[in-house]
Amino acid sequence: MKERFETITSTCVPLPLENVDTDQIIPARFLKATTRDGFGDLLFHDWRFGKDGQPDPSFVLNQGRYKGVILVTGKNFGSGSSREHAAWAIAGYGFKAIVSSFFADIFMNNALNNGLLPVVVSPEFLAETLDLLEKYPEAMLTIDLPQQSIQSHQSGRQESFEINPFRKECLLNGYDDIDHILARKEIIEAYERRL
Amino acid sequence: MKTLFDKIWDKHIVDTMPDGTVQLYIDRLYCHEVTSPQAFEGLRRRGLKPMHPERIICVADHNIPTINQDQPIADPVSRLQVATLEKNCREFGLTYYGLQHPRNGIVHVVGPEYGFTLPGMTIVCGDSHTSTHGALGAIAFGIGTSEVEMTLATQCLLQRKPKTMRITVDGRMRRDVTAKDLSLYLISKMGAGGATGFFVEYAGETIRNCTMEERLTICNMSIEMGARGGMIAPDEKTIEYIHGTDFAPRWDAWKKSKAEWARLCSDPDATFDAEFSFRAEAVEPMVTFGTNPGMAMGIRERIPVPESAEDNERSSWLKALEYMGFEPWEPILGKPIDYVFLGSCTNGRVEDFAAFASIVKGKKKAESVTAWLVPGSHTVLRQIRAKNIDKILEEAGFEIRQPGCSACLAMNDDKVPPGKYVVSTSNRNFEGRQGPGARTILASPIVAAAAAITGKISDPREIYTHEA
Repeated sequence: MKERFETITSTCVPLPLENVDTDQIIPARFLKATTRDGFGDLLFHDWRFGKDGQPDPSFVLNQGRYKGVILVTGKNFGSGSSREHAAWAIAGYGFKAIVSSFFADIFMNNALNNGLLPVVVSPEFLAETLDLLEKYPEAMLTIDLPQQSIQSHQSGRQESFEINPFRKECLLNGYDDIDHILARKEIIEAYERRL
Repeated sequence: MKTLFDKIWDKHIVDTMPDGTVQLYIDRLYCHEVTSPQAFEGLRRRGLKPMHPERIICVADHNIPTINQDQPIADPVSRLQVATLEKNCREFGLTYYGLQHPRNGIVHVVGPEYGFTLPGMTIVCGDSHTSTHGALGAIAFGIGTSEVEMTLATQCLLQRKPKTMRITVDGRMRRDVTAKDLSLYLISKMGAGGATGFFVEYAGETIRNCTMEERLTICNMSIEMGARGGMIAPDEKTIEYIHGTDFAPRWDAWKKSKAEWARLCSDPDATFDAEFSFRAEAVEPMVTFGTNPGMAMGIRERIPVPESAEDNERSSWLKALEYMGFEPWEPILGKPIDYVFLGSCTNGRVEDFAAFASIVKGKKKAESVTAWLVPGSHTVLRQIRAKNIDKILEEAGFEIRQPGCSACLAMNDDKVPPGKYVVSTSNRNFEGRQGPGARTILASPIVAAAAAITGKISDPREIYTHEA
């Protein structure tokens, strides 16, 4: 059983870049671990830390004015490598949801399999949110998974978002695909007999 | 009126849930050392075993050194990860091609090489370049580690059906324009996220005329436009490529398989969710100038900048140019380079080495250039030697290393130093991909060869001219 996903209201961390690939989220040289732990400290490592290993003050995670469990970022987030370590790093850091206008496919599945909610919003909602965050770092979003809605507190703008019902149920109840498939193993055996 | 994708997909549906989620049967799972340990650990935690060990092949490729493979891996963390895969294979009774095994190599080179990948199959691996296997007419796509665990445990995955896209390419490719150039051209037109949510079928005269190795290159790069995967309908070339390989069906099973594969094509009246057409003549030798594979252009063009694009796009673009040390509107031709990498699951097969050799033959590697030539597998290495390509390369001052993923993602010691430029035949020019601070210019083996002998970005067609 994984942690159940609850409705969240939080300040946000903006990362107004497009095509943020999984090599930036977690560089390949950190993929040598054999467990799922410890990746949060390495999230966005080469943007977050300078060559001397010290935090780079120009990177958003090192700026005290942005905090919260929602990451807001440009389109095609999570592109590139299929490494699930990217989802482990984001969740490990403490984020619970990521807001963008679209996500790379494999990343989206990896996020969902780790209780991390990718929220797909319209390009307008995204642009407005990033704009608001620049002016008001304390701007908040509420993400209501049961209602599939996202709302900006500052502007009042609300949108509904898509998530497939099975994934939603898994997130809300904290169970995963393997539990589901193995509970109905006879279906696989019946399929294999037809092969 | 079904697409090729639909035909294979439908045949693998075990069950459909009320919301449309499909439980898809998986014919082949490939594992490598980087994205599998947590999956095996998950199996142990649940007290499960792989449901079908015979459908699984495990290969050590990402982390391994490309010299002295007979010695223990020097980096203790890499050594532990490779040892963990070996231990997991032993514990769960899985086929394992470790270091020095004659079938070792990059997982996406090895699978098609031995006929473990076959037309009509569903194939997954914890690796985005699993799309490579689609070149044989299979549905092949990358998955995360949780899904590796799921496949190990159940031989199934829960999936939403992706949308289908057909990319048709007609016409003849120009001289010194390769499948890699075509891929980079298509990605530059579609954008790095242009095919997100889609499964792509490549079709048309140009694709039909491609060799199997060229098709593997094209399908490999599908993920770089965001596609879930790429595929090409099997034909006589496909059958010829598979015939006689170690895992290919034999005797009656071979005849039966051939008949089944002949039906694997999109029906003439099949409809796709999206269709695009391109002309092969429009493709020039390509290079990338930025930090995603969509930022590619003809080698003689000037570095473009989006005009009045939205702010985020423009800032991402300028950040990329700053990382690369390039200015908007300057030409890329003639820029000095420091490293050349020939290899990877994109361009690490024997035809790629032959193409590279055809340019450097009788010339010398530029002294300023460090070149890493890394075959995709031991089989490729044997082919290189059998065709005496190694002699040509050695005479030109190049050495061939041992197989592996190598500098494509620089998990081993093959790292390009910060700020240095590398012309690379691999698939990704992301920031830091080939080493922290490394600056990658993606290109074909021919453009890489031209750079290796001139020490700068050079149009391979000019090298012939000088020779004449």
